[in-house]
Amino acid sequence: MDILNALVLFANYVFVPATAYGAQLALGALGVTLIFGILRFANFAHGELMSFGTMAVILATWALQDMGVSLGPLPTALLALPFGIAVTVVFALLTDRYVFRFYRVKKSDPIIYAIASVGVMFVMAGLIRVIIGPDDQSFADGARFIITARDFKELTGLEEGLAIRVTQVITIIVALAVMAVLFWFLQRTRSGKAMRAYSDNEDLALLSGIDPDKVVRMAWIITAILATIAGTLYGLDKTYKPFIFQQILLPIFAAAILGGIGQPVGAILGGFVVAYSEVTITYAYKKFLAYLGPEGWAPEGLMQFLSTDYKFAVSFIILVAVLLVRPTGIIRGKVI
Amino acid sequence: MSQRGALYFGIFFLLLIAVGFGQSWNVALGILNLCLISAIMSLGVNIQWGYAGLFNVGVMGFTALGGLAAVLISMPPVAEAWAVGGVGIGLSLLGLLILVAAVIFVRNNVPRVFRFWATLAVILVGVVLIRLVYAPAVDRIEAINPAHTGYLGGFNLPIVLSWVVGGAIAAGAGWLIGKITLGLRADYLAIATLGISEIILAVLKYEEWLTRGVKNVTGLPRPVPYEVDLIASADFAAFASRFGEVADAASVVVKLCYLVLFVAVLAIIMWLSERALKSPWGRMMRAIRDNRDAASAMGKDVKARHLQVFVLGCAVCGIAGAMLTTLDGQLTPTSYIPLRFTFLIWVMVIIGGSGNNWGAMLGGFVIWFLWIQAEPLGNWFMHAITLFMGDDSWLKGHLIAGAAYTRLILMGALLLLVMRFAPRGLIPER
Repeated sequence: MDILNALVLFANYVFVPATAYGAQLALGALGVTLIFGILRFANFAHGELMSFGTMAVILATWALQDMGVSLGPLPTALLALPFGIAVTVVFALLTDRYVFRFYRVKKSDPIIYAIASVGVMFVMAGLIRVIIGPDDQSFADGARFIITARDFKELTGLEEGLAIRVTQVITIIVALAVMAVLFWFLQRTRSGKAMRAYSDNEDLALLSGIDPDKVVRMAWIITAILATIAGTLYGLDKTYKPFIFQQILLPIFAAAILGGIGQPVGAILGGFVVAYSEVTITYAYKKFLAYLGPEGWAPEGLMQFLSTDYKFAVSFIILVAVLLVRPTGIIRGKVI
Repeated sequence: MSQRGALYFGIFFLLLIAVGFGQSWNVALGILNLCLISAIMSLGVNIQWGYAGLFNVGVMGFTALGGLAAVLISMPPVAEAWAVGGVGIGLSLLGLLILVAAVIFVRNNVPRVFRFWATLAVILVGVVLIRLVYAPAVDRIEAINPAHTGYLGGFNLPIVLSWVVGGAIAAGAGWLIGKITLGLRADYLAIATLGISEIILAVLKYEEWLTRGVKNVTGLPRPVPYEVDLIASADFAAFASRFGEVADAASVVVKLCYLVLFVAVLAIIMWLSERALKSPWGRMMRAIRDNRDAASAMGKDVKARHLQVFVLGCAVCGIAGAMLTTLDGQLTPTSYIPLRFTFLIWVMVIIGGSGNNWGAMLGGFVIWFLWIQAEPLGNWFMHAITLFMGDDSWLKGHLIAGAAYTRLILMGALLLLVMRFAPRGLIPER
């Protein structure tokens, strides 16, 4: 029995990475759920929006690096973030003006919006691949670790090390800050209240004099901000590759539906549930169990429920389970 | 088909003939063969979207299942692999069935309070137990001659049979996913199908005992003669030498053979689709699509009808997928990407004219043609806009390297423009 080592092992390979991943998913799912709540459609271009924002941040980061600007131990990308956000906001507003507004005026079916978002997805995917190319781009700089596995071992004298990367801490801090600001905005400001009212009951909101165009604009601006931040954090933490952002769409949708469509708190909850399930189910528990068992014993096989190749299956299974058991999500959202 | 439709088809074939004269007949026939397969996929999506208004974003998965069927039907079985792992795999499948039955039993018989945890416990225990048999069997199968086989192989039957089987497998998957999501609103179906297609792809990529995974299964048997055999035959050489190069002629003849097969399949599916659309069943489907509440009030079982039409559409996509793998002669799981196999098909249906089979077919033809020809077009465009830049300009090289991706922009722009200015597509529904 060696509980301490087992816990450190678990924290190192499951808890810390899953928390960072959960924060990224939560930010992505918040964007999806906002569009769901205000514009009432599933935005298939959201992954590409994240990718687009990240691309803008990367380009700005490179420019800053060329100028010799840096944040010391922090990644330069944080400095480039406002620029990326600005570009993405402009892009999102343009797509709304020239694509989605037409269907809003016509009061089209939500599914028509979704198909239009497929068109937007194509255009964005093409633009991204023309501008930055389809390959991996690494743009993280600054210090890599807050504490490395070896330092941790020396510090505590344990066999297992706990490595915490700078990007993981930044991800969690930034995500928490963004969420705090978002909830302050939604609960306390006039525009935020207008958005919530509009999402709750469109007709009633219109009757009380809320400007729908303004609400929709706000929704796109916030979504673009969230998407850029989520994409950049994901890119910093793992890697930036345009293709990944099409795959990440599935866990994000799963998180949004799990939490309850149109429910910001639900989206955050959903993001973390999806991330933790994905990592805990695909983690091989062999070493973990060996620490917990008697001395010198180790279980046969990897003790893994699902191989990591199937991590997308986890979000899908969660999605299906939610649809079967509670289609409104954890926090009762809309069944749109 | 209207006069306008005939005109569009006429223009398409003129373009194709122009490619035949301008580039080569080989290229033109190659494009046409894929146009036919695209048209079948597009018909499948049209059955779901055009007839019933169902938004299926998992076309890629159903096509991939068709491809899997092609491998399972046509490849020779690997006897040693069956000997060492067949029982294990069989037992695992049996275990999976028992697990499903157990879950259903638990959900029906355990009190509500414990139901969730009981289900979870049954699934966890079941998965662990199945893995005890499954994992060693897989290891043994994959250890057998991994460079060449390392999988169970197939049934050594004619590959054309897989077109039917592929349709059936895709229909089964469609039934499963439809059963879960069709009661809910359209967006959920979309997201769930997106998920199932990713999972199907993951299975194809990582279950090496089944498909050799990323090592690809190559050299699938063909339903048509091989070029080398044609070239070797004296009769053919004598016949072909009248037209030009023997090698080119052999390649053209092979493509023509495929063409005949594909046209036959397309014709059958087209005929059936048209019959279905014009039957009382088709009218009922459209009535449900246009106003499900009214149709439901008239006593139509909306969910059951949706399930029916969804399964049919998936089957057609599966058939097309098996045909595609047959044409390629290999199954390469990594080549399946959603943009090409799901969303491009959607572009075809919307641009061609949803709800109209001829429109969907035209969309398949035209969009595939553009998808192929957009590459030279994009190249030309990038060269044109970079003409004023110096040859050593960094930007010029970058833009030309990215030229291939302009076709994504072109497809997106086309989709958005058609949706906005001609929402009923090239050949509108009557």
